Amino acid sequence: MADSADPRSGFRAWLDHRTGIDSLLRHALDEPIPGGAKIAYVFGSGLLFLFLSQIVTGVFLAMYYVPSADHAHTTVAYITKEVTGGSFLRSIHAYGSSAIIIVLLLHIIQTFMYGSYKGRRELVWIAGCVLLTLMLGMAFTGYLLPWDQKAYFATTVGTNILSEIPWVGNGIKELLRGGTQMGTLTVSRFFMLHVFLIPAFIFVFVAMHVYSFRKAGAAGPVTEDPIVPKLPSEPFYPKQLVMDMGFAVLIIVLLGFLAYLWPTELGPKSDPSDTQFLPRPEWYYVPIFQYLKYWQGSTALLGILVIPGIVGLLLVGLPFFDRSMERRPWKRPISVGIFTAVLLGLAALGVISHREDTRNPGVAAQLHAQREATRAFMSAKFEPELSGGSLAAENKALANPDAAKGKEIFEAQSCNACHGDNGVGTAAAPKLIGIGAKYDAAKLQSLLLHPTAKMTAGGMPTPDLKDDEMKQLIAYLQSLK
Amino acid sequence: MPPVESVTQKQSADPSRRSFLAGLLAAGGAAVGALLAVPLVRFALYPVLARTTEKSWSDVGKVDEFQSLTAPVQKLVTIEQRDGWRKTIKQQPVYVTKDSQGALIVISAVCTHLGCSVRWIGEQNKFVCPCHGGMFSAEGKLLGGPPPRSLDQLETKVEDGTLKTQYQFFRPLIHTKEELA
Repeated sequence: MADSADPRSGFRAWLDHRTGIDSLLRHALDEPIPGGAKIAYVFGSGLLFLFLSQIVTGVFLAMYYVPSADHAHTTVAYITKEVTGGSFLRSIHAYGSSAIIIVLLLHIIQTFMYGSYKGRRELVWIAGCVLLTLMLGMAFTGYLLPWDQKAYFATTVGTNILSEIPWVGNGIKELLRGGTQMGTLTVSRFFMLHVFLIPAFIFVFVAMHVYSFRKAGAAGPVTEDPIVPKLPSEPFYPKQLVMDMGFAVLIIVLLGFLAYLWPTELGPKSDPSDTQFLPRPEWYYVPIFQYLKYWQGSTALLGILVIPGIVGLLLVGLPFFDRSMERRPWKRPISVGIFTAVLLGLAALGVISHREDTRNPGVAAQLHAQREATRAFMSAKFEPELSGGSLAAENKALANPDAAKGKEIFEAQSCNACHGDNGVGTAAAPKLIGIGAKYDAAKLQSLLLHPTAKMTAGGMPTPDLKDDEMKQLIAYLQSLK
Repeated sequence: MPPVESVTQKQSADPSRRSFLAGLLAAGGAAVGALLAVPLVRFALYPVLARTTEKSWSDVGKVDEFQSLTAPVQKLVTIEQRDGWRKTIKQQPVYVTKDSQGALIVISAVCTHLGCSVRWIGEQNKFVCPCHGGMFSAEGKLLGGPPPRSLDQLETKVEDGTLKTQYQFFRPLIHTKEELA
């Protein structure tokens, strides 16, 4: 097609000669779909679109977020309450995670009901199962990052559940938490998992999923032969692409409306000493949360390891157990029956959990109080965090009047110009914090009056002070800890 | 849509429909892009466009104590500096003095040369910078040394008998007084 009478403009042709982009695009867009384009096939690319949206919004959120127990909550509050569009973007990201779970479910239901895992598609299916697990991991790790009450307690419970796995559970819990307790190391670890490690695996498995899907080809409708398609095919572009794009627009418009009308809230900062707080996971984890309530004590092994293990094995191994080429769901009553039962079971667990919460007056009252606390926090003005230097300054002034005077001298003499405010140090001169532990008062005085050659070379002047002022300055230096 | 045998046949069969759909795709892509891009750009530009350090008034002292002033007197004013999501509360030295007409003025103690704090030397009746020897008169006028301009005068007001000032930092090493945000 490109040989004679090339209709492409000079640049297009040049670019194609260098990159082969045209044939690449043609290969991507002309994927044959047996039986033609269908709305039922939009979920896979919808997930890809949502994942991209999560990457873009997530990267931007990282522009302000700080992963430490000290600052995480303040920075998320800053994003939510101060930064232009911050609440909107954070809401798109938070609702986006729910949307991924919903579209994942639709994608799995479609693939299962259409029997699209059949006919040399084992790797497509397995990569998909891994992606499901990774996405649940993203949801679990992302939930902690705002470090508010519900994030803290939900993750405390979540990691405690992991510790119930026999033999390795406790090790996994402590590895995730970075110790026995939840703390700043937990935030760092969850941030690393959420932002670097799990996304890297998602990229790899998305590539495997899409590649092995294209290798096997689109399966087409339920009456189609999954290996040798017999129906006339239609290329992916344009009709299927338009449907996929329409679905993406629908998703982003819905997310935009949700984010605009009901922005995601942030609760009060986590308070580990709160003994009343009732943690509740995100809606998609509620069925599992409810299920785990039934397996405590001697039956824990069965409920936490054996049953989920069997369900997981059945799910991952599906294309190996179910070797028949029959795709019509009404001809596969056993597998469709089990699949539907599991889905209905999960839904029922969710409903039961919700009913238990609303029917227990104590629980309902506490959950109501928690919602009120969140509302109160959201309507309060953003309160910037007092920096470490300020705190030190306040404490010193209270502790010792001599040191307080010394601080005034420190500033009046411009010591802070080089040694930094509160002696934190700058590029021009070393920090003075902790210098009192290194030298006693007499040594400090002699250093100030007779600086070493190194000090003089660095530009350290000899302060011209009265005796009592010198005493106050030294008291201040000693207070810098 | 009629079934087609091959891709190339399909393309030649119905080019106008294909280009219409391509236009539709481009429009859809642009719509999605714009919906995300506008908040993203505003989100990223927030610290650039918003004033993070709002001007605020700090107490210097009672006006009465300055009325009989004969020489500049140093005062520490407490200022709150915003740095994104955190704030630093710190004290900065200022001098209360009188201008040539005898009105109370507040001048920043930050030397206009390299930012050291100048000291009032009563015996010499001038401000001297301890770092490089810049000298200023009691009103803050430049007398000599490396500084490029006089000491910077701060905005003041009197409220309920209290002298207040708006503490600010100014760009060093230039001849004109230019605020640092």
